[in-house]
Amino acid sequence: MAYSQKVLDHFQNPKNVGTLDKNSPNVGTGLVGAPECGDVMRLQIEVDPETHIIKDAKFKTFGCGSAIASSSLATEWIKGKTLDEAASIDNMDIVEELALPPVKIHCSVLAEDAIKSAIRDYKLKNGFLEAEAAKAETEAMA
Amino acid sequence: MHNRWIYLDNNATTPTDPRVVDAMLPFFYQKPGNAASRNHPFGWEAEEAVDYAREQIAQLIGVDAKEIIFTSGATESDNLALKGVFEMYRRKGNHIITVKTEHKAVLDTCAHLEKMGAEVTYLGVKPDGLIDLAELEAAIRPTTILVSVMWANNETGVIQPMAEIGKICEKHGVLFMSDATQAVGKIPVHPKEVGVHLLAFTSHKMYGPKGVGALYVSRKNPRVKVTAQMDGGGHERGMRSGTLNVPGIVGFGKAAEIARLEMAQDAERLRRLRDKLENALLQLEEVYVNGNREHRMPHVTNMSFKHVEGEGLMMTFNQNIAVSSGSACTSASLEPSYVLVALGLGDDLAHSSIRFSLGRFTTEEEIDLAIEMVTKGVNHMRELSPIWEMYKEGVDLSTVQWQEH
Repeated sequence: MAYSQKVLDHFQNPKNVGTLDKNSPNVGTGLVGAPECGDVMRLQIEVDPETHIIKDAKFKTFGCGSAIASSSLATEWIKGKTLDEAASIDNMDIVEELALPPVKIHCSVLAEDAIKSAIRDYKLKNGFLEAEAAKAETEAMA
Repeated sequence: MHNRWIYLDNNATTPTDPRVVDAMLPFFYQKPGNAASRNHPFGWEAEEAVDYAREQIAQLIGVDAKEIIFTSGATESDNLALKGVFEMYRRKGNHIITVKTEHKAVLDTCAHLEKMGAEVTYLGVKPDGLIDLAELEAAIRPTTILVSVMWANNETGVIQPMAEIGKICEKHGVLFMSDATQAVGKIPVHPKEVGVHLLAFTSHKMYGPKGVGALYVSRKNPRVKVTAQMDGGGHERGMRSGTLNVPGIVGFGKAAEIARLEMAQDAERLRRLRDKLENALLQLEEVYVNGNREHRMPHVTNMSFKHVEGEGLMMTFNQNIAVSSGSACTSASLEPSYVLVALGLGDDLAHSSIRFSLGRFTTEEEIDLAIEMVTKGVNHMRELSPIWEMYKEGVDLSTVQWQEH
């Protein structure tokens, strides 16, 4: 089966390859997949603490061409978005954009998981999750 | 940039040698006869051509021409041998022994026979891909009718100890069959010398055309019979009905003749090129050769490039070089190679494997280019690989909590 031109473009010129400082409070890291399954994605975001806008995103992926293209596309899409906007990206958007065949849909799922996991890591680091939980609790009580 | 394809996937199929094509061409239009037409010159001419090809093939493997049955390919030959022996000898017993690293044509046929009442033992292999002879002998039962072991493995090129297996089979009075698809025409294969009674092989792995194969069935000491799996006109001494593929058989014969005459020099040249490729790639960090390096086909190497996924790696050079990978991403099943897993490789290393199989038309210039491109590809993919980065930072990957999906 041949690859779509968009997969080839991302594979040959992947955007945002690299590493952010995972110890920085403004950086969230998502590491998903497993070597035994043949794909591991690490996606990192650097967030502006004032505006909650993703200023930068980087990835490294161990996987097939579609996995690399999915993560490259994901980093492009989330840059400049708020955390909530980035979290709303659906894997099927990636499938559609890259014209992934059915056997490669799991690559897009992994990319969606990587985005969500990076956001979660950032929120955990900065105490957002506790705040969100507390807020939900207060609302529930009221 | 080099704009010609470098074809290093000769274990999948070989290009048809132009000398073979030349031999075949007259049998499409000028000589159209059916080899089974007994009463006119067209038929006689076709029959003569088939007989000649049968001789050429028999000579390559050192058997009598009457012991060659033409089929559509190695898959059919494997099916005919296994099912045919099981049906013919099931009164004697229902037990078959084979190996986990066999081709699917053997494994799936055995699975089918299990549904028909056969009991099948699937032997494991040692980490180098060879079977354990003591384990084989211990697996033989009074009801064992057949041992089926492939001559050389398609993924690793590992060659099994055929003569030793033959002795064990002879000692216990068990028939011995071999799928020799990858070996015939590339290394000396003489079934009679090693006690193989049925041998399956095909034309398109030895520079002949696709769609034609053969099964050698021993006619003397012992006289082996197989039950036909295809009913019809009683061709091939009743063992395989169906009009013979005359142009294909002529090509197969020519390919066998060329192989017999040129095998030694081809093998020596390819061994040197294969070693050059393998040694150059072994200069990279964390690269492993899969399977026994000594008992191995001269033109094959199967290598794992740790922390790089095979299909992704292939994509870095597949505009120029054709190879195969044991990575799950290259298969419909999404499972990594069962052959490499049987060797005890972790799934991660199986996902990272590439098979290079050279052939008669591979040149040294192509190998030099392949070394350059694959090296570049591995380095590039490692720059992209988070697990390579972790490995370089000294993280023990086995302690990481992976989020499997």
